[in-house]
Amino acid sequence: MRQRSRRTAPISVPYAFLCPAIVLFALFMVVPIGYTVYLSLRRVKVNGLGLGAAARIEYWAGFANYRQVFADGEFWHSALRVLIYGCLLVPAMLGLALLFALLLDLPRARARRFSRVAIFMPYAVPAVIASLMWGFMYLPSVGPGQYLLTAAGHRPIDLLGPTSIYFSVANIALWGGTGFNMVVLFTALRAVPSELYEAARIDGATEWQIAWRIKIPMLTPALIMTFVFSLIATLQVFSEPTTLRPLTNSLPSNWTPLMKIYQDAFARDDIHMAAAASVVLAAATLVLSFGFLRLVQRRAFGAES
Amino acid sequence: MTAARRAAFLPTVALLAGALYCLLPIVWVVTAATKTNGELFRTFTLAPGTALFDNLADLSQYQSGIYWQWILNTALYAGAGALLSTAVSGISGYTLAKYRFPGRGVVFNVLLAGVLVPAVVLAIPQYLLLAGLHLTDTYWSVLLPSILSPYGIYLARIYAAAAVPDSLVEAARTDGAGDLRIFRSVAVPSMLPGLVTVFLFQFVAIWNNFLLPYIMLTSDDKFPVTVGLYTMLKQGNTTPVLYTLVVTGALLSIAPLVLLFLTLQRYWRVDLLSGAVKG
Repeated sequence: MRQRSRRTAPISVPYAFLCPAIVLFALFMVVPIGYTVYLSLRRVKVNGLGLGAAARIEYWAGFANYRQVFADGEFWHSALRVLIYGCLLVPAMLGLALLFALLLDLPRARARRFSRVAIFMPYAVPAVIASLMWGFMYLPSVGPGQYLLTAAGHRPIDLLGPTSIYFSVANIALWGGTGFNMVVLFTALRAVPSELYEAARIDGATEWQIAWRIKIPMLTPALIMTFVFSLIATLQVFSEPTTLRPLTNSLPSNWTPLMKIYQDAFARDDIHMAAAASVVLAAATLVLSFGFLRLVQRRAFGAES
Repeated sequence: MTAARRAAFLPTVALLAGALYCLLPIVWVVTAATKTNGELFRTFTLAPGTALFDNLADLSQYQSGIYWQWILNTALYAGAGALLSTAVSGISGYTLAKYRFPGRGVVFNVLLAGVLVPAVVLAIPQYLLLAGLHLTDTYWSVLLPSILSPYGIYLARIYAAAAVPDSLVEAARTDGAGDLRIFRSVAVPSMLPGLVTVFLFQFVAIWNNFLLPYIMLTSDDKFPVTVGLYTMLKQGNTTPVLYTLVVTGALLSIAPLVLLFLTLQRYWRVDLLSGAVKG
Protein backbone atom coordinates (compact mmCIF):
# COMPACT_ATOMS: atom_id res chain seq x y z
CA MET A 1 0.00 0.00 0.00
CA ARG A 2 2.74 2.43 0.94
CA GLN A 3 4.79 1.38 -2.05
CA ARG A 4 1.82 1.93 -4.32
CA SER A 5 1.34 5.51 -3.19
CA ARG A 6 5.02 6.26 -3.65
CA ARG A 7 4.75 4.95 -7.18
CA THR A 8 1.96 7.29 -8.26
CA ALA A 9 2.92 10.64 -9.65
CA PRO A 10 2.59 13.85 -7.66
CA ILE A 11 -0.77 15.45 -8.36
CA SER A 12 0.80 18.48 -10.03
CA VAL A 13 2.49 16.48 -12.81
CA PRO A 14 -0.45 16.07 -15.22
CA TYR A 15 -1.31 19.74 -14.90
CA ALA A 16 2.29 20.72 -15.59
CA PHE A 17 2.33 18.45 -18.67
CA LEU A 18 -0.91 19.96 -19.96
CA CYS A 19 0.27 23.48 -19.27
CA PRO A 20 1.59 24.26 -22.80
CA ALA A 21 -1.62 23.07 -24.46
CA ILE A 22 -3.85 24.92 -22.00
CA VAL A 23 -1.88 28.16 -22.30
CA LEU A 24 -1.92 27.98 -26.11
CA PHE A 25 -5.61 27.10 -26.09
CA ALA A 26 -6.36 30.11 -23.91
CA LEU A 27 -4.20 32.49 -25.93
CA PHE A 28 -5.08 31.41 -29.44
CA MET A 29 -8.65 30.15 -29.04
CA VAL A 30 -10.47 31.39 -25.97
CA VAL A 31 -9.12 34.94 -25.98
CA PRO A 32 -9.64 35.46 -29.75
CA ILE A 33 -13.20 34.09 -29.60
CA GLY A 34 -14.02 36.34 -26.67
CA TYR A 35 -12.36 39.27 -28.37
CA THR A 36 -14.33 38.72 -31.59
CA VAL A 37 -17.60 38.70 -29.66
CA TYR A 38 -16.53 41.85 -27.81
CA LEU A 39 -15.55 43.62 -31.03
CA SER A 40 -18.78 42.61 -32.71
CA LEU A 41 -20.74 44.50 -30.06
CA ARG A 42 -18.83 47.75 -30.52
CA ARG A 43 -18.48 50.40 -33.17
CA VAL A 44 -16.27 53.32 -34.07
CA LYS A 45 -17.60 56.81 -34.52
CA VAL A 46 -15.47 59.26 -36.46
CA ASN A 47 -15.70 62.84 -35.29
CA GLY A 48 -15.23 65.81 -37.55
CA LEU A 49 -12.62 65.13 -40.21
CA GLY A 50 -11.41 62.01 -38.49
CA LEU A 51 -8.01 63.52 -37.74
CA GLY A 52 -6.16 63.29 -34.44
CA ALA A 53 -6.25 60.68 -31.72
CA ALA A 54 -9.58 61.75 -30.23
CA ALA A 55 -11.39 61.71 -33.57
CA ARG A 56 -12.14 57.98 -33.51
CA ILE A 57 -14.34 57.06 -30.58
CA GLU A 58 -15.25 53.44 -29.90
CA TYR A 59 -18.60 52.89 -28.30
CA TRP A 60 -20.98 50.12 -27.26
CA ALA A 61 -23.27 49.27 -30.14
CA GLY A 62 -25.33 46.35 -28.85
CA PHE A 63 -26.56 44.22 -31.71
CA ALA A 64 -26.39 47.00 -34.30
CA ASN A 65 -23.56 45.30 -36.19
CA TYR A 66 -25.51 42.05 -36.30
CA ARG A 67 -28.59 43.85 -37.59
CA GLN A 68 -26.41 45.39 -40.26
CA VAL A 69 -24.94 42.01 -41.23
CA PHE A 70 -28.40 40.50 -41.59
CA ALA A 71 -29.62 43.50 -43.56
CA ASP A 72 -26.61 43.37 -45.86
CA GLY A 73 -27.58 42.08 -49.28
CA GLU A 74 -23.96 41.32 -50.16
CA PHE A 75 -23.59 39.02 -47.18
CA TRP A 76 -26.69 37.04 -48.15
CA HIS A 77 -25.49 36.94 -51.72
CA SER A 78 -22.15 35.47 -50.70
CA ALA A 79 -23.96 32.97 -48.47
CA LEU A 80 -26.13 31.94 -51.42
CA ARG A 81 -23.05 31.44 -53.60
CA VAL A 82 -21.50 29.18 -50.98
CA LEU A 83 -24.76 27.26 -50.78
CA ILE A 84 -24.70 26.63 -54.54
CA TYR A 85 -21.01 25.77 -54.41
CA GLY A 86 -21.57 23.39 -51.48
CA CYS A 87 -24.51 21.67 -53.19
CA LEU A 88 -22.28 21.01 -56.19
CA LEU A 89 -19.21 19.99 -54.24
CA VAL A 90 -20.23 17.95 -51.21
CA PRO A 91 -22.44 15.30 -52.88
CA ALA A 92 -19.98 14.89 -55.76
CA MET A 93 -16.98 14.65 -53.46
CA LEU A 94 -18.48 12.24 -50.95
CA GLY A 95 -20.19 10.26 -53.73
CA LEU A 96 -16.91 9.75 -55.58
CA ALA A 97 -15.03 9.08 -52.35
CA LEU A 98 -17.57 6.38 -51.47
CA LEU A 99 -17.47 4.90 -54.97
CA PHE A 100 -13.68 4.71 -55.02
CA ALA A 101 -13.55 3.33 -51.49
CA LEU A 102 -15.98 0.55 -52.47
CA LEU A 103 -14.03 -0.18 -55.65
CA LEU A 104 -10.76 -0.35 -53.72
CA ASP A 105 -12.43 -2.91 -51.49
CA LEU A 106 -13.41 -5.14 -54.42
CA PRO A 107 -10.95 -8.04 -54.53
CA ARG A 108 -11.29 -8.41 -58.30
CA ALA A 109 -10.47 -4.80 -59.26
CA ARG A 110 -6.97 -4.21 -60.64
CA ALA A 111 -4.47 -1.38 -60.12
CA ARG A 112 -5.87 -0.78 -56.66
CA ARG A 113 -2.67 0.28 -54.93
CA PHE A 114 -1.68 2.64 -57.71
CA SER A 115 -5.15 4.19 -57.85
CA ARG A 116 -5.30 4.64 -54.09
CA VAL A 117 -1.99 6.49 -53.98
CA ALA A 118 -2.80 8.57 -57.08
CA ILE A 119 -6.26 9.60 -55.85
CA PHE A 120 -4.98 10.43 -52.34
CA MET A 121 -2.03 12.47 -53.63
CA PRO A 122 -3.83 15.80 -54.23
CA TYR A 123 -4.21 15.94 -50.43
CA ALA A 124 -0.51 16.84 -50.31
CA VAL A 125 -1.01 19.81 -52.67
CA PRO A 126 -2.03 23.05 -50.95
CA ALA A 127 -5.30 24.60 -52.12
CA VAL A 128 -3.50 27.68 -53.44
CA ILE A 129 -1.20 25.63 -55.67
CA ALA A 130 -4.10 23.43 -56.78
CA SER A 131 -6.16 26.50 -57.69
CA LEU A 132 -3.22 27.95 -59.54
CA MET A 133 -2.73 24.81 -61.65
CA TRP A 134 -6.42 24.35 -62.40
CA GLY A 135 -6.81 28.09 -62.97
CA PHE A 136 -4.29 27.95 -65.79
CA MET A 137 -5.86 24.81 -67.19
CA TYR A 138 -9.23 26.58 -67.31
CA LEU A 139 -7.82 29.31 -69.56
CA PRO A 140 -8.73 28.96 -73.23
CA SER A 141 -5.77 27.43 -75.14
CA VAL A 142 -3.87 26.33 -72.02
CA GLY A 143 -5.85 23.36 -70.70
CA PRO A 144 -5.74 20.09 -72.65
CA GLY A 145 -9.51 19.93 -73.29
CA GLN A 146 -9.57 23.57 -74.28
CA TYR A 147 -6.62 23.10 -76.62
CA LEU A 148 -8.20 20.12 -78.36
CA LEU A 149 -11.52 21.97 -78.76
CA THR A 150 -9.77 24.93 -80.35
CA ALA A 151 -7.70 22.65 -82.57
CA ALA A 152 -10.91 20.93 -83.74
CA GLY A 153 -12.29 24.31 -84.77
CA HIS A 154 -14.67 24.82 -81.86
CA ARG A 155 -14.69 27.79 -79.57
CA PRO A 156 -13.17 27.05 -76.18
CA ILE A 157 -15.62 26.71 -73.30
CA ASP A 158 -15.61 29.66 -70.96
CA LEU A 159 -14.77 27.87 -67.75
CA LEU A 160 -14.33 31.11 -65.86
CA GLY A 161 -17.69 32.68 -66.75
CA PRO A 162 -20.32 33.82 -64.23
CA THR A 163 -22.09 30.43 -64.08
CA SER A 164 -19.31 28.02 -64.94
CA ILE A 165 -17.14 29.49 -62.20
CA TYR A 166 -19.19 27.57 -59.59
CA PHE A 167 -18.26 24.30 -61.27
CA SER A 168 -14.68 25.38 -61.76
CA VAL A 169 -14.16 26.32 -58.11
CA ALA A 170 -16.00 23.20 -56.93
CA ASN A 171 -13.82 21.07 -59.21
CA ILE A 172 -10.66 22.31 -57.49
CA ALA A 173 -12.02 21.39 -54.06
CA LEU A 174 -13.29 18.08 -55.47
CA TRP A 175 -9.80 17.31 -56.77
CA GLY A 176 -8.22 18.19 -53.45
CA GLY A 177 -10.74 16.51 -51.15
CA THR A 178 -11.96 13.29 -52.77
CA GLY A 179 -8.83 11.28 -52.01
CA PHE A 180 -8.72 12.17 -48.37
CA ASN A 181 -12.36 11.22 -47.83
CA MET A 182 -11.85 8.08 -49.89
CA VAL A 183 -9.04 6.95 -47.60
CA VAL A 184 -11.12 7.68 -44.49
CA LEU A 185 -14.00 5.61 -45.88
CA PHE A 186 -11.72 2.86 -47.18
CA THR A 187 -10.04 2.55 -43.79
CA ALA A 188 -13.44 2.28 -42.14
CA LEU A 189 -14.36 -0.46 -44.64
CA ARG A 190 -11.24 -2.45 -43.80
CA ALA A 191 -12.31 -2.43 -40.16
CA VAL A 192 -15.55 -4.29 -40.99
CA PRO A 193 -15.12 -7.98 -40.10
CA SER A 194 -14.93 -9.94 -43.36
CA GLU A 195 -17.09 -12.80 -42.01
CA LEU A 196 -20.03 -10.51 -42.66
CA TYR A 197 -19.38 -10.54 -46.41
CA GLU A 198 -18.42 -14.17 -46.59
CA ALA A 199 -21.74 -15.23 -45.11
CA ALA A 200 -23.53 -13.05 -47.67
CA ARG A 201 -21.41 -14.42 -50.52
CA ILE A 202 -22.20 -17.99 -49.50
CA ASP A 203 -25.87 -17.02 -49.58
CA GLY A 204 -25.32 -15.96 -53.20
CA ALA A 205 -25.38 -12.18 -52.76
CA THR A 206 -23.83 -10.17 -55.60
CA GLU A 207 -21.12 -7.57 -54.94
CA TRP A 208 -23.74 -4.88 -55.59
CA GLN A 209 -26.03 -6.28 -52.92
CA ILE A 210 -23.14 -6.59 -50.50
CA ALA A 211 -22.17 -2.97 -51.13
CA TRP A 212 -25.74 -1.68 -50.70
CA ARG A 213 -26.93 -3.89 -47.87
CA ILE A 214 -23.78 -4.38 -45.81
CA LYS A 215 -20.93 -2.04 -46.67
CA ILE A 216 -22.76 1.28 -47.00
CA PRO A 217 -24.77 0.79 -43.79
CA MET A 218 -21.54 -0.11 -41.98
CA LEU A 219 -19.97 3.08 -43.33
CA THR A 220 -22.70 5.36 -42.01
CA PRO A 221 -20.71 6.73 -39.02
CA ALA A 222 -17.69 7.46 -41.23
CA LEU A 223 -19.95 9.07 -43.85
CA ILE A 224 -21.51 11.30 -41.19
CA MET A 225 -18.08 12.37 -39.96
CA THR A 226 -16.77 13.15 -43.45
CA PHE A 227 -19.99 15.05 -44.20
CA VAL A 228 -19.65 17.26 -41.12
CA PHE A 229 -16.00 18.05 -41.83
CA SER A 230 -16.80 18.79 -45.49
CA LEU A 231 -19.58 21.10 -44.38
CA ILE A 232 -17.27 23.04 -42.07
CA ALA A 233 -14.63 23.36 -44.78
CA THR A 234 -17.20 24.41 -47.40
CA LEU A 235 -18.62 27.23 -45.32
CA GLN A 236 -15.13 28.64 -44.88
CA VAL A 237 -14.00 28.40 -48.49
CA PHE A 238 -11.45 31.11 -49.18
CA SER A 239 -8.20 29.98 -50.81
CA GLU A 240 -9.59 28.60 -54.07
CA PRO A 241 -11.71 31.59 -55.18
CA THR A 242 -9.12 34.05 -53.88
CA THR A 243 -6.38 32.42 -55.95
CA LEU A 244 -8.57 32.26 -59.06
CA ARG A 245 -9.53 35.93 -58.86
CA PRO A 246 -6.51 37.26 -60.80
CA LEU A 247 -7.50 35.03 -63.73
CA THR A 248 -11.14 36.05 -64.12
CA ASN A 249 -13.66 38.85 -63.73
CA SER A 250 -16.37 36.48 -62.53
CA LEU A 251 -15.18 36.45 -58.93
CA PRO A 252 -15.92 39.60 -56.95
CA SER A 253 -13.83 40.20 -53.85
CA ASN A 254 -16.80 39.20 -51.68
CA TRP A 255 -17.64 35.98 -53.50
CA THR A 256 -17.83 33.91 -50.30
CA PRO A 257 -18.72 35.07 -46.77
CA LEU A 258 -15.15 34.61 -45.58
CA MET A 259 -13.83 36.67 -48.49
CA LYS A 260 -16.30 39.39 -47.57
CA ILE A 261 -15.19 39.26 -43.94
CA TYR A 262 -11.58 39.60 -45.02
CA GLN A 263 -12.57 42.51 -47.24
CA ASP A 264 -14.44 44.24 -44.40
CA ALA A 265 -11.62 43.76 -41.92
CA PHE A 266 -8.60 44.62 -44.00
CA ALA A 267 -9.66 46.57 -47.09
CA ARG A 268 -12.56 48.58 -45.61
CA ASP A 269 -11.00 48.66 -42.16
CA ASP A 270 -14.35 47.90 -40.50
CA ILE A 271 -13.22 45.39 -37.90
CA HIS A 272 -16.49 45.52 -35.99
CA MET A 273 -18.63 44.49 -38.94
CA ALA A 274 -16.11 41.79 -39.81
CA ALA A 275 -16.24 40.50 -36.24
CA ALA A 276 -20.05 40.36 -36.28
CA ALA A 277 -20.05 38.56 -39.62
CA SER A 278 -17.43 36.07 -38.31
CA VAL A 279 -19.62 35.28 -35.32
CA VAL A 280 -22.63 34.77 -37.59
CA LEU A 281 -20.65 32.47 -39.89
CA ALA A 282 -19.22 30.49 -36.97
CA ALA A 283 -22.66 30.18 -35.38
CA ALA A 284 -24.13 29.02 -38.69
CA THR A 285 -21.35 26.42 -38.98
CA LEU A 286 -21.98 25.10 -35.47
CA VAL A 287 -25.76 25.11 -35.82
CA LEU A 288 -25.58 23.26 -39.15
CA SER A 289 -23.08 20.65 -37.96
CA PHE A 290 -24.78 20.03 -34.61
CA GLY A 291 -28.21 20.19 -36.23
CA PHE A 292 -27.16 17.59 -38.76
CA LEU A 293 -25.68 15.36 -36.05
CA ARG A 294 -28.87 15.62 -33.98
CA LEU A 295 -31.01 14.81 -36.99
CA VAL A 296 -28.97 11.74 -37.87
CA GLN A 297 -28.90 10.63 -34.27
CA ARG A 298 -32.64 10.90 -33.87
CA ARG A 299 -33.20 8.94 -37.07
CA ALA A 300 -30.82 6.24 -35.90
CA PHE A 301 -32.56 5.98 -32.55
CA GLY A 302 -35.98 6.14 -34.19
CA ALA A 303 -35.06 3.19 -36.37
CA GLU A 304 -33.94 1.18 -33.38
CA SER A 305 -37.00 1.63 -31.21
CA MET B 1 -11.52 -16.76 -66.23
CA THR B 2 -12.82 -14.48 -68.97
CA ALA B 3 -15.97 -13.81 -66.96
CA ALA B 4 -13.85 -12.84 -63.98
CA ARG B 5 -11.74 -10.62 -66.18
CA ARG B 6 -14.83 -8.95 -67.57
CA ALA B 7 -16.10 -8.41 -64.03
CA ALA B 8 -12.82 -6.73 -63.12
CA PHE B 9 -12.95 -4.46 -66.15
CA LEU B 10 -15.42 -1.75 -65.11
CA PRO B 11 -14.16 -1.25 -61.53
CA THR B 12 -10.59 -1.09 -62.80
CA VAL B 13 -11.49 1.44 -65.49
CA ALA B 14 -13.32 3.59 -62.95
CA LEU B 15 -10.36 3.54 -60.56
CA LEU B 16 -7.91 4.37 -63.33
CA ALA B 17 -10.14 7.22 -64.53
CA GLY B 18 -10.06 8.62 -60.99
CA ALA B 19 -6.29 8.24 -60.84
CA LEU B 20 -5.92 9.96 -64.22
CA TYR B 21 -8.08 12.87 -63.10
CA CYS B 22 -5.96 13.27 -59.98
CA LEU B 23 -2.68 13.06 -61.86
CA LEU B 24 -3.70 15.38 -64.71
CA PRO B 25 -2.78 18.70 -63.02
CA ILE B 26 0.52 17.19 -61.88
CA VAL B 27 1.37 16.07 -65.41
CA TRP B 28 0.26 19.46 -66.67
CA VAL B 29 2.45 21.41 -64.26
CA VAL B 30 5.47 19.25 -65.11
CA THR B 31 5.12 19.94 -68.82
CA ALA B 32 4.01 23.57 -68.42
CA ALA B 33 7.11 24.35 -66.35
CA THR B 34 9.23 23.48 -69.39
CA LYS B 35 7.56 26.07 -71.61
CA THR B 36 8.29 29.65 -72.51
CA ASN B 37 5.48 32.11 -72.00
CA GLY B 38 4.58 31.92 -75.68
CA GLU B 39 4.60 28.12 -75.70
CA LEU B 40 2.42 28.05 -72.59
CA PHE B 41 -0.45 29.65 -74.48
CA ARG B 42 0.19 28.22 -77.95
CA THR B 43 1.51 24.67 -77.95
CA PHE B 44 -0.44 21.54 -76.97
CA THR B 45 -0.82 21.35 -73.23
CA LEU B 46 0.98 18.11 -72.63
CA ALA B 47 3.76 18.63 -75.18
CA PRO B 48 7.04 19.48 -73.49
CA GLY B 49 8.54 22.91 -74.08
CA THR B 50 12.08 24.11 -74.45
CA ALA B 51 12.63 26.42 -71.53
CA LEU B 52 12.79 24.43 -68.29
CA PHE B 53 16.29 25.59 -67.36
CA ASP B 54 15.61 29.17 -68.42
CA ASN B 55 12.51 29.15 -66.25
CA LEU B 56 14.43 27.76 -63.29
CA ALA B 57 17.14 30.38 -63.73
CA ASP B 58 14.61 33.20 -64.13
CA LEU B 59 12.68 32.04 -61.09
CA SER B 60 15.87 31.90 -59.03
CA GLN B 61 16.75 35.42 -60.10
CA TYR B 62 13.28 36.86 -59.58
CA GLN B 63 13.66 39.67 -57.04
CA SER B 64 17.16 38.44 -56.19
CA GLY B 65 16.13 34.91 -55.31
CA ILE B 66 13.09 35.59 -53.16
CA TYR B 67 11.48 32.34 -54.31
CA TRP B 68 14.06 30.30 -52.40
CA GLN B 69 13.46 32.48 -49.37
CA TRP B 70 9.76 31.56 -49.62
CA ILE B 71 10.66 27.87 -49.78
CA LEU B 72 12.86 28.23 -46.71
CA ASN B 73 10.11 30.13 -44.91
CA THR B 74 7.59 27.42 -45.78
CA ALA B 75 9.96 24.75 -44.50
CA LEU B 76 10.34 26.75 -41.29
CA TYR B 77 6.61 27.39 -40.76
CA ALA B 78 5.50 23.88 -41.63
CA GLY B 79 8.55 22.04 -40.26
CA ALA B 80 9.11 23.89 -36.99
CA GLY B 81 5.39 24.48 -36.54
CA ALA B 82 4.55 20.81 -37.00
CA LEU B 83 7.44 19.74 -34.75
CA LEU B 84 6.34 22.02 -31.90
CA SER B 85 2.75 21.00 -32.49
CA THR B 86 3.66 17.32 -32.32
CA ALA B 87 5.59 17.88 -29.08
CA VAL B 88 2.64 19.67 -27.45
CA SER B 89 0.14 17.15 -28.82
CA GLY B 90 2.32 14.22 -27.74
CA ILE B 91 2.75 15.24 -24.12
CA SER B 92 -0.88 16.38 -23.82
CA GLY B 93 -2.25 13.23 -25.39
CA TYR B 94 -0.03 11.04 -23.22
CA THR B 95 -1.09 12.89 -20.06
CA LEU B 96 -4.77 12.66 -20.94
CA ALA B 97 -4.46 8.96 -21.68
CA LYS B 98 -2.24 7.81 -18.83
CA TYR B 99 -2.89 10.00 -15.78
CA ARG B 100 -5.98 10.08 -13.61
CA PHE B 101 -6.59 13.53 -12.19
CA PRO B 102 -9.51 15.82 -11.38
CA GLY B 103 -10.67 17.77 -14.42
CA ARG B 104 -9.29 15.31 -16.97
CA GLY B 105 -12.58 14.87 -18.79
CA VAL B 106 -13.27 18.59 -18.85
CA VAL B 107 -9.83 19.43 -20.23
CA PHE B 108 -10.14 16.79 -22.94
CA ASN B 109 -13.63 17.81 -24.01
CA VAL B 110 -12.81 21.51 -24.06
CA LEU B 111 -9.66 20.93 -26.12
CA LEU B 112 -11.54 18.64 -28.47
CA ALA B 113 -14.29 21.20 -29.00
CA GLY B 114 -11.55 23.30 -30.58
CA VAL B 115 -11.77 21.00 -33.64
CA LEU B 116 -15.16 22.45 -34.47
CA VAL B 117 -14.20 26.11 -34.05
CA PRO B 118 -14.06 27.61 -37.54
CA ALA B 119 -10.73 29.28 -38.28
CA VAL B 120 -12.60 32.38 -39.36
CA VAL B 121 -13.58 33.45 -35.86
CA LEU B 122 -9.95 33.17 -34.84
CA ALA B 123 -8.07 34.78 -37.71
CA ILE B 124 -9.05 38.43 -37.30
CA PRO B 125 -8.79 38.64 -33.50
CA GLN B 126 -5.52 36.69 -33.61
CA TYR B 127 -4.26 39.34 -35.98
CA LEU B 128 -5.42 42.17 -33.73
CA LEU B 129 -4.00 40.55 -30.61
CA LEU B 130 -0.64 39.91 -32.23
CA ALA B 131 -0.68 43.44 -33.62
CA GLY B 132 -1.14 44.65 -30.05
CA LEU B 133 2.02 42.75 -29.12
CA HIS B 134 3.84 44.12 -32.21
CA LEU B 135 4.24 40.57 -33.47
CA THR B 136 2.41 40.81 -36.80
CA ASP B 137 4.61 40.49 -39.86
CA THR B 138 7.08 38.34 -37.93
CA TYR B 139 7.75 34.61 -38.17
CA TRP B 140 6.12 34.26 -34.76
CA SER B 141 2.78 35.52 -36.06
CA VAL B 142 2.47 32.45 -38.29
CA LEU B 143 4.26 29.96 -36.03
CA LEU B 144 2.57 30.61 -32.70
CA PRO B 145 -1.09 30.18 -33.78
CA SER B 146 -0.12 26.98 -35.64
CA ILE B 147 1.22 25.11 -32.61
CA LEU B 148 -2.01 24.14 -30.90
CA SER B 149 -3.79 21.35 -32.73
CA PRO B 150 -6.88 19.94 -30.99
CA TYR B 151 -6.88 17.24 -33.60
CA GLY B 152 -3.26 16.34 -32.91
CA ILE B 153 -3.98 16.05 -29.18
CA TYR B 154 -6.94 13.82 -29.93
CA LEU B 155 -4.84 11.55 -32.17
CA ALA B 156 -1.96 11.45 -29.68
CA ARG B 157 -4.33 10.49 -26.86
CA ILE B 158 -5.78 7.61 -28.85
CA TYR B 159 -2.31 6.47 -29.79
CA ALA B 160 -0.87 6.80 -26.28
CA ALA B 161 -3.76 4.79 -24.85
CA ALA B 162 -3.17 2.01 -27.36
CA ALA B 163 0.63 1.96 -27.63
CA VAL B 164 2.14 2.83 -24.24
CA PRO B 165 1.98 -0.21 -21.93
CA ASP B 166 1.04 0.63 -18.33
CA SER B 167 3.40 -2.06 -17.07
CA LEU B 168 6.38 -0.30 -18.67
CA VAL B 169 5.42 3.01 -17.09
CA GLU B 170 4.99 1.30 -13.72
CA ALA B 171 8.35 -0.46 -14.03
CA ALA B 172 10.14 2.78 -14.86
CA ARG B 173 8.46 4.46 -11.90
CA THR B 174 9.54 1.67 -9.57
CA ASP B 175 13.08 2.18 -10.82
CA GLY B 176 12.77 5.75 -9.59
CA ALA B 177 12.48 7.51 -12.95
CA GLY B 178 10.82 10.94 -12.88
CA ASP B 179 7.67 11.65 -14.87
CA LEU B 180 9.41 13.69 -17.55
CA ARG B 181 12.03 10.98 -17.93
CA ILE B 182 9.34 8.33 -18.24
CA PHE B 183 7.66 10.39 -20.94
CA ARG B 184 10.93 10.81 -22.85
CA SER B 185 12.31 7.32 -22.56
CA VAL B 186 9.19 5.14 -22.36
CA ALA B 187 6.23 6.97 -23.86
CA VAL B 188 7.88 8.75 -26.80
CA PRO B 189 9.53 5.63 -28.27
CA SER B 190 6.27 3.65 -28.03
CA MET B 191 4.24 6.49 -29.50
CA LEU B 192 6.72 7.30 -32.27
CA PRO B 193 4.76 5.99 -35.29
CA GLY B 194 1.66 7.82 -34.08
CA LEU B 195 3.67 10.98 -33.52
CA VAL B 196 4.98 10.82 -37.10
CA THR B 197 1.36 10.68 -38.24
CA VAL B 198 0.50 13.74 -36.12
CA PHE B 199 3.54 15.51 -37.54
CA LEU B 200 2.52 14.78 -41.14
CA PHE B 201 -1.08 15.88 -40.68
CA GLN B 202 0.02 19.07 -38.97
CA PHE B 203 2.73 19.69 -41.60
CA VAL B 204 0.14 19.51 -44.38
CA ALA B 205 -2.34 21.60 -42.37
CA ILE B 206 0.15 24.45 -41.84
CA TRP B 207 1.47 24.26 -45.39
CA ASN B 208 -2.10 24.37 -46.66
CA ASN B 209 -3.20 27.27 -44.44
CA PHE B 210 -3.34 30.30 -46.67
CA LEU B 211 -5.52 32.64 -44.63
CA LEU B 212 -3.22 32.91 -41.61
CA PRO B 213 0.02 34.02 -43.34
CA TYR B 214 -2.03 36.05 -45.83
CA ILE B 215 -3.50 38.06 -42.96
CA MET B 216 -0.42 38.22 -40.73
CA LEU B 217 2.39 39.04 -43.15
CA THR B 218 3.08 42.14 -45.20
CA SER B 219 6.79 41.89 -46.06
CA ASP B 220 7.37 39.51 -48.93
CA ASP B 221 10.62 38.12 -47.52
CA LYS B 222 8.58 36.42 -44.76
CA PHE B 223 5.95 34.87 -47.05
CA PRO B 224 5.49 31.14 -47.32
CA VAL B 225 5.56 29.92 -50.92
CA THR B 226 1.74 29.82 -51.21
CA VAL B 227 1.32 33.52 -50.42
CA GLY B 228 4.40 34.35 -52.52
CA LEU B 229 3.10 32.58 -55.62
CA TYR B 230 -0.31 34.15 -55.11
CA THR B 231 1.19 37.67 -55.15
CA MET B 232 3.18 36.76 -58.27
CA LEU B 233 0.03 35.50 -59.98
CA LYS B 234 -1.71 38.78 -59.10
CA GLN B 235 1.06 40.75 -60.77
CA GLY B 236 0.77 38.47 -63.82
CA ASN B 237 -2.18 40.59 -64.94
CA THR B 238 0.20 43.39 -65.80
CA THR B 239 3.38 41.37 -66.35
CA PRO B 240 2.38 38.15 -68.15
CA VAL B 241 6.04 37.02 -68.19
CA LEU B 242 5.51 36.07 -64.58
CA TYR B 243 3.03 33.32 -65.54
CA THR B 244 5.73 30.83 -66.52
CA LEU B 245 7.59 31.64 -63.32
CA VAL B 246 4.43 31.02 -61.28
CA VAL B 247 3.96 27.65 -62.98
CA THR B 248 7.61 26.68 -62.45
CA GLY B 249 7.34 27.82 -58.85
CA ALA B 250 4.22 25.71 -58.35
CA LEU B 251 6.03 22.62 -59.65
CA LEU B 252 9.07 23.17 -57.43
CA SER B 253 6.94 23.77 -54.37
CA ILE B 254 4.88 20.59 -54.62
CA ALA B 255 7.75 18.31 -55.66
CA PRO B 256 9.21 17.86 -52.14
CA LEU B 257 5.77 17.42 -50.63
CA VAL B 258 4.74 14.78 -53.13
CA LEU B 259 8.03 12.96 -52.49
CA LEU B 260 7.52 13.18 -48.72
CA PHE B 261 4.04 11.88 -49.24
CA LEU B 262 5.06 8.92 -51.37
CA THR B 263 7.99 7.87 -49.19
CA LEU B 264 6.08 8.13 -45.92
CA GLN B 265 3.00 6.30 -47.24
CA ARG B 266 2.78 3.94 -44.29
CA TYR B 267 2.55 6.79 -41.80
CA TRP B 268 -0.65 8.21 -43.26
CA ARG B 269 -2.64 6.37 -40.66
CA VAL B 270 -6.12 7.54 -41.35
CA ASP B 271 -7.52 4.79 -39.18
CA LEU B 272 -6.41 6.88 -36.21
CA LEU B 273 -8.61 9.60 -37.55
CA SER B 274 -11.80 7.68 -37.29
CA GLY B 275 -10.78 6.41 -33.86
CA ALA B 276 -10.40 2.89 -35.19
CA VAL B 277 -7.54 2.17 -32.78
CA LYS B 278 -9.39 1.54 -29.59
CA GLY B 279 -7.98 3.22 -26.47
